Amino acid sequence: MYNYDAYMLSILIWLPIIGGMVVLATGDDSKAPIARTIALGVSIAVFIFSLALWGDFKNGTSAMQFVERHDWIRAFNIEYYLGVDGISMPFLVLTAFITIIVVIAGWKVITERVAQYMAAFLIIEGLMIGVFSALDSILFYIFWEATLIPMFLIVGIWGGDNRVYAAIKFFLYTLLGSLLMLVAFIYLYNKAGGSFSILDFHQTPLAMDAQILIFFAFFAAFAVKVPMFPVHTWLPDAHVQAPTGGSVVLAAIMLKMGAYGFLRFNMPITPDASRELDWFMILLSLIAIVYIALVALVQRDMKKLIAYSSISHMGFVTLGCFLFSAQGIEGGIIQMISHGFISGAMFLCVGVLYDRIHSREIADYGGVANTMPVFAAFFMLFAMANAGLPGTSGFVGEFLVILAAFAVNPWFAVLAATTLIFGAAYTLWMYKRVIFGDVANDKVAKLKDLESREVLFLSALAAAVIIMGVWPNPVLEVMHASVDNLVFQVQQTKILGN
Amino acid sequence: MKGIYLAIPLIPLAAAVIAGIFGKAIGRTGAHTVTILGVAASFVLSCMVYADVREGLYFNGDVYTWGISGDWKFSVGFLIDSLSSMMMVVVTFVSLMVHIYTIGYMHEDPGYQRFFSYISLFTFAMLMLVMSNNFMQLFFGWEAVGVVSYLLIGFWFKKPTAIFANMKAFLVNRVGDFGFLLGIAGVIYIFGSLDYAEVFKAAPGKADMTAEWAWDAKWMTVIALLLFVGAMGKSAQVPLHVWLPDSMEGPTPISALIHAATMVTAGIFMVARMSPIFELSETALSVVMVIGAITALFMGLIGLVQNDIKRVVAYSTLSQLGYMTVALGASAYAAGVFHLFTHAFFKALLFLGAGSVIIAMHHEQDMRKMGGLRALMPVTYITGLIGSLALAGIPPFAGFFSKDAIIEAVHHSELAGSGFAYFCVLAGVVITAFYSFRLLFMTFHGRNRADEHTRSHLHESPLVVTIPLILLAIPSVVVGFMYFEPMLFGDYFKDAIHVLPEHDTLSRFGEIYGGATGTELIWKAITHGFVALPLYLALLGIFLAWLFYIKKPELPGKVSKMFGPVQSILEKKYGFDEFNQAVFAGGAVGLGKLLWSKFDAGLIDGVLVNGTAKSVGWISSIVRNVQSGYVYQYAFAMIIGLVALMSWMLFRT
Repeated sequence: MYNYDAYMLSILIWLPIIGGMVVLATGDDSKAPIARTIALGVSIAVFIFSLALWGDFKNGTSAMQFVERHDWIRAFNIEYYLGVDGISMPFLVLTAFITIIVVIAGWKVITERVAQYMAAFLIIEGLMIGVFSALDSILFYIFWEATLIPMFLIVGIWGGDNRVYAAIKFFLYTLLGSLLMLVAFIYLYNKAGGSFSILDFHQTPLAMDAQILIFFAFFAAFAVKVPMFPVHTWLPDAHVQAPTGGSVVLAAIMLKMGAYGFLRFNMPITPDASRELDWFMILLSLIAIVYIALVALVQRDMKKLIAYSSISHMGFVTLGCFLFSAQGIEGGIIQMISHGFISGAMFLCVGVLYDRIHSREIADYGGVANTMPVFAAFFMLFAMANAGLPGTSGFVGEFLVILAAFAVNPWFAVLAATTLIFGAAYTLWMYKRVIFGDVANDKVAKLKDLESREVLFLSALAAAVIIMGVWPNPVLEVMHASVDNLVFQVQQTKILGN
Repeated sequence: MKGIYLAIPLIPLAAAVIAGIFGKAIGRTGAHTVTILGVAASFVLSCMVYADVREGLYFNGDVYTWGISGDWKFSVGFLIDSLSSMMMVVVTFVSLMVHIYTIGYMHEDPGYQRFFSYISLFTFAMLMLVMSNNFMQLFFGWEAVGVVSYLLIGFWFKKPTAIFANMKAFLVNRVGDFGFLLGIAGVIYIFGSLDYAEVFKAAPGKADMTAEWAWDAKWMTVIALLLFVGAMGKSAQVPLHVWLPDSMEGPTPISALIHAATMVTAGIFMVARMSPIFELSETALSVVMVIGAITALFMGLIGLVQNDIKRVVAYSTLSQLGYMTVALGASAYAAGVFHLFTHAFFKALLFLGAGSVIIAMHHEQDMRKMGGLRALMPVTYITGLIGSLALAGIPPFAGFFSKDAIIEAVHHSELAGSGFAYFCVLAGVVITAFYSFRLLFMTFHGRNRADEHTRSHLHESPLVVTIPLILLAIPSVVVGFMYFEPMLFGDYFKDAIHVLPEHDTLSRFGEIYGGATGTELIWKAITHGFVALPLYLALLGIFLAWLFYIKKPELPGKVSKMFGPVQSILEKKYGFDEFNQAVFAGGAVGLGKLLWSKFDAGLIDGVLVNGTAKSVGWISSIVRNVQSGYVYQYAFAMIIGLVALMSWMLFRT
């Protein structure tokens, strides 16, 4: 049998991008069914390839796999250099999975500019896979920045009433952050003797003050993306204005690019600075977990509430990463993947309601369980997963991170574990006001329960949430070798003379 | 063998899934048939396992590896020993009774299939909890029963009080779980494992380790107290008891199953299971004992002033859970578990009896509108009387043996706080007897105070209701003397419960029987009951209830006038609810609003983000004036610039 592995990553990147171009070429909305069908076909194909990638992935090694390396811009030694390890590989599968969900979710809801909508999501899929598999920093940077464009369009075209403000806020916020990252890359290029390879950066010795500066340059890019407190304020606005599909991709995948950046860049490239500044990262993470949870509690807009809940959950990711233990980092990565499923599902649930009543205000609902019992059951499962219930994926990451935090400093764990109370409080209080109670108004009385298309994508996510909650080991096994290697790297010193 | 262990929890799970997802297709009969058969199968298998364990066939093994991270391994597995096998039988038996009873109780409800699905799911979760061989799975079951409890309290989701109560129950339990999870984190940090056997084996070696972060307390004290916070949530100990009375908003069958017989005793089970850890910390044991004593006495007192039939039973449950907790604190784990065991039967019986009355009264729960039901509902009355006698601790009913053991064990305890606890459990006896018989007299004796319409329809409940009552009444009589010797003085729990010799209050209690066994022991226990104080306290309570509610019904009014302030404190339940609502709920929401408006929207977005944008805009609005497009302005600027440049060059030299 022919060995596809040598091209696998290129296929995963370019198949959706080219597919997106083809969808774009189908033209206006008279050909919408064709655009949808192609988009679905392409997204399923990409997902199958991503599963094949997982199937061929070797667990025991921390080396990059499926490596593709070609010269690109010789003058600056910029390469087309791809590869994945146990840290990045799960995100490829997640991205491919979520994209199918988004295509199905937008199937009937999006009726204007269908081809462009579907194309935007396919293209952003390819670009995000590019981000997770790029091993050349300039290539990474290009994919990284390029993802902004489709997302800017998704929010700006298919978004809500205040979409332009949100889109520009999102764009500028994240662009400003990433420019400093580019500066850091150029500095590292010189230090690494004329290479943009990320793996070369990992080996490059750096003085402490340089490490600190580079750390903060990366921090500016990644902290905004995660987003970490206090640079999180773009996210609630972007989510509220984005169409459902946009929110799903944003929460499920794009935020993870930031945390992935910390793992791929900050920790191995500036290990001494990372150790020096761990208190800072842990502090911001704990603030995110506690403070943002309190803010989430008082939101009146469902999407805003889930957006704040996302920030709080991402606090666990950054907390876990900067504990520098295998359990913390693996917990953080698991939390990212799980949050991909759960936040995606939560936004889709709000989308299901929004499609029917065109309101995101909690106060406009009440007693939805009377008219939409099947929906209420799904929403219950995802709400409980969001509250970190054992047996769902939401538990695994929080559990590992809390346990790992306790081993570093029990007080970190005490603060982090407040999520058990606050996470349940804001999620269930929202659920109570929206779903329980008597039918609140005529609109709720006229609600129709889920159609089979909605049952399909919610079931897929429900299955993912439960399977990963009951048996996370297969996913954990993928990461062991790479995470152990990262833990080793971050304990090394890169300061010359030591 | 492993197959049977797996089947016991998985059969109810499968039944729950079938009834839940295909409820419409299989209909009402289908739903109750599949779930009842499922839990019945579970019960039969549990009995088989129990018999095996009595023969010495234990099991401790993993089913699968849940996850590995670093050097930590997390598994799902079973520990089948005397403690878990006993719990399995109790859980599946009470669950089976409640399943059957539900056919009668819920037959008019539109959510019939959903209800059966939930209670089967509960059975699964509870079995996973008690069968676990490690802390993680215990936590899994722990939270899962919490969720089902949440779903069932809010079963009538249109009722505002029900959906308030279920959220409250979940959140208060989460406060407990917060401690529990930190306790688990402490366990894995100190022991590197969450497996019971490994942890318990290593525990004595870690007895003297101190935790710097916790003001140099002993690690075992820290871990035990954190775990106990979890137990306080689930087993409703003061101050985390506030959710249990409100949980009565749910349908009565689940009050019996979840909020009396099984789930709420999970905390007791947990502490008993963790005895090798608790034994290493006298501080923790004292805390456990004092908290239990407070709960036993002060929650019982509230029970005196309740008029809702279910709430009386609920406060009695709180008080009895307090008794069990006191026993744990006195290191009489076996007595605590024994009381859990007997209480499961008679309290489920009392709740289902109350439910039977509620059905007959057309969902009226106020005892002031009942009375005289004795003749109309003989089965409910007789079984209710048996339950009340058991609860009050009258020999030879089940509660007598277990409660007496607790009181005697506390009496023999030498830990700090044992004097206070002894007073509380003794005073509690009068109160228990009083409110139990107050309930019985107000409901079944005296004049019927129901309205004409209700009275004309009053009749005994159908067989699906009365048969479970009878089947629960039997163990409420017999399990006391049947298990008194083996559970308390035999080697029944030797494999599961570990007591240090210096804490062994139960064997000190046993000494008064001078090594008697068999019927001789039972006889001695009963005669000892007649010479000891508790029985007379119980009889005093019954007498007072008779005096107040049968002999002189005008007395309660007079007494409550005399003790007006006390009465109002009790009716306000010491103000816990108001305090929590104002301080914790109000505080969190207030703080959230403050942080959001002042910090997120005000400082970060208002000043920093939009402020940056505004200042850029402001600067450019000034700079923009330069680009006016008027040639004369440009020319003028050029001339000024030229002049300035030339002057600078001239004056430089």
